[in-house]
Amino acid sequence: MDTLMLSRIQFGANISFHILFPTITIALGWVLLFFKLRFNATGNVRWMDAYRFWVKVFALSFAMGVVSGITMSFQFGTNWPGFMETVGNIAGPLLAYEVMTAFFLEAVFLGIMLFGFSRVPGWLHTLATFLVAFGTTMSAFWILVLNSWMHTPQGFEMREGVAHATSWFEIIFNPSMPYRLSHMLLASGLTVAFLIAGLSAFRWLLGDRSKSVHVTMKTGVYMGALLIPLQIFMGDMHGLNTLEHQPQKVAAMEGNLDTQSHVPLLLFALPDEEARENRMEVAIPNMASIILKHKAEGMVPGLNDFVTEEGEVMHPPVAPVFWSFRIMVGTGFAMLFLSWGAAILMLRKRRGPAGVPKLMMLAMVPMAFSGWVATLAGWYTTEIGRQPWLVQGVLTTEMAVADVPAPFVGTTLGAYLTIYVLLLSAYIGVLFFLARKAVDGDVPRPRTPLSGHAVTREIPAE
Amino acid sequence: MELFGDPAVWLPFTFAALMGVSILIYVVLDGFDLGVGVLFPFATDEEKDMMVASIGPFWDANETWLVLAIGLLLVAFPTAHGTILTALYLPVAIMLIGLILRGVAFEFRVKAPTPHKATWNWLFFIGSLMTSLSQGFMLGKYVMGLESTLGTRAFAMITAVFLTVAYSMIGACWLIIKTEGILQGKAVDWAKGGIWGLVLGLGAVSLATPLVSARIFDKWFTYPEILLLAPLPVLSAVMVMMLWRSLQKLPNATDAGSKGPFAYAITLFILAFSGLAYSFYPYVVPEKLTIYEAASAPESLMIILAGAIVVIPMIGGYTALAYWVFKGKASELRYD
Repeated sequence: MDTLMLSRIQFGANISFHILFPTITIALGWVLLFFKLRFNATGNVRWMDAYRFWVKVFALSFAMGVVSGITMSFQFGTNWPGFMETVGNIAGPLLAYEVMTAFFLEAVFLGIMLFGFSRVPGWLHTLATFLVAFGTTMSAFWILVLNSWMHTPQGFEMREGVAHATSWFEIIFNPSMPYRLSHMLLASGLTVAFLIAGLSAFRWLLGDRSKSVHVTMKTGVYMGALLIPLQIFMGDMHGLNTLEHQPQKVAAMEGNLDTQSHVPLLLFALPDEEARENRMEVAIPNMASIILKHKAEGMVPGLNDFVTEEGEVMHPPVAPVFWSFRIMVGTGFAMLFLSWGAAILMLRKRRGPAGVPKLMMLAMVPMAFSGWVATLAGWYTTEIGRQPWLVQGVLTTEMAVADVPAPFVGTTLGAYLTIYVLLLSAYIGVLFFLARKAVDGDVPRPRTPLSGHAVTREIPAE
Repeated sequence: MELFGDPAVWLPFTFAALMGVSILIYVVLDGFDLGVGVLFPFATDEEKDMMVASIGPFWDANETWLVLAIGLLLVAFPTAHGTILTALYLPVAIMLIGLILRGVAFEFRVKAPTPHKATWNWLFFIGSLMTSLSQGFMLGKYVMGLESTLGTRAFAMITAVFLTVAYSMIGACWLIIKTEGILQGKAVDWAKGGIWGLVLGLGAVSLATPLVSARIFDKWFTYPEILLLAPLPVLSAVMVMMLWRSLQKLPNATDAGSKGPFAYAITLFILAFSGLAYSFYPYVVPEKLTIYEAASAPESLMIILAGAIVVIPMIGGYTALAYWVFKGKASELRYD
């Protein structure tokens, strides 16, 4: 393989590994703040037990996110020097603001949030929790501004082949930013909802009937049930936005070859880019036109419009985009059924988790990672869907790649992949290990019943 | 902004200074926590817990200075960022893998099942070692003008070892502040044992830099520069002596002077760094690209600077708060 392909795989692998962890910490920070505020308001220890269990997951995920993120900041230079050379004037300030307004905030207050409970006043610990959550969200904001700008660039002019900013307002509030940011924040919320529900179900199945499992189970399921309809709606809005600004991506998502009306929705197909046809299509007539244009006569863009007269393909590779999109949507619907089913059963007769049948509890355990699957599939759809462009209409991926010998890239890729596989197994293993340990009563409890705000300072060290 | 003269001149200079300060803060802060990791094999299991406890609340923020430094290189001098990082492709990869291993080992060593703890302790050491060595290697390559020959690689190998020893030295000095009893006694010995790395490292870089480049030679060894710059080496020699003397008086019953070695070590790092900065200015890629040639467009730098002026004092403030909250001797890290 050549340097370009290897570099793309390497960056893809790094960013895929990286995004797993921010996806958890962005929303988990706010859930922890919720636990802490409930505890402050009620003085009920179950909330603090929930906090202590999930803050461990947060700490672990945060560390994984930090180290994989550092990797990426270097790879811009080691593998993609053309990116910063061409659009550095735009990307630079956005990345700088991410470091300055988010990274330091998170990293510094994380120490106090994790280890400061008995060292600082209760309000400062709550404030630290808030600032960490705020920091992770700010980080998401800036990086999604930059990512969105790469899809829908505006507010700049090209001078001697280099982009110069003309309006920062237009750059920050570029057309796809509001949709992409909302879509990602909701994805983070759903990932955390199902992770919390899944690990709580795991603890429940092992016989844990503690109050803290009750509250986390409810938090996870209700949060999932609340967010998934919003996400489906937001996903649709984002799709329409993409249709307007990156029609070639939507054409690949739909596997639609020619621009036409009455386009069917393909449930299954094997897109063959060389032959320019789909094999083994299973389709619902007119449905793609109806979804995208809200009427059967609606014109849907086709891939063949994005092949130049010289035969140069300027649309993304079809099969990966087509299939990633279906995996994302399928996972989304699985989330809808499971969270609504569980929520309804839990609300009925107010039985809480006891109202959920065992089979459903079992299904929730693997669904703990459904958010990861959907998030990755969604990112593959949008990022592969941007190819062959790195910055839509401005810079192709091929032009940005570094002139590093392929064996170098190949070797480091092998090393990164090995480490990522090992770390991911260790991470998942430790999550379940922590859950099992919590079942055995690892979560420290106060020796004497306490109530009210005074609790914060008085929970004794075991 | 005409007030300060031509922005194409003062903006790159300001950003080079900001980047330099970030690198310096990174080297001191992550230097001590990397050093603590490098010292792991010399400690017992209980001591390892205490050593991690002494850096646990800080390491994340310490590493963020690396992100800021590399971020400033990336945003303010994009062409230099590409040139430098592609030239250092393999050592950068090794450093990143090292940073990944040690970063996650912090968490895994206490969260994974107890039988796995020894493995994670080992990975914490290996990760810290890989990071320190590769940073020293990159320093050597940079001093050698990023040229890749047998000689420059050999020199980079030597600086790799010296910087690692220097990190373990400053790490030991940090442990002297944060620990007590037997471990503190050990830390004093480690610090004494590490001074040679610091001295030889300083010596090697100071001698090699002017020899590699006639331009740098002239910057140091012409009159009157040689007189004006004399305080740098003289002060460094004084600092090494003060460091040695302060270590002789430790440990003691009242813990008097336990912050001394760390303060002297930091001063040495600052002096060494100032010397390097003076040598290489105005080049960001040695002898090839100046900060003025490599700088981003002024309008982009201005908007970053506006944010930096507001935000960096705040970062300083809450970093100080974190060090204040966790001041004094380290105690076991716990979530409650």
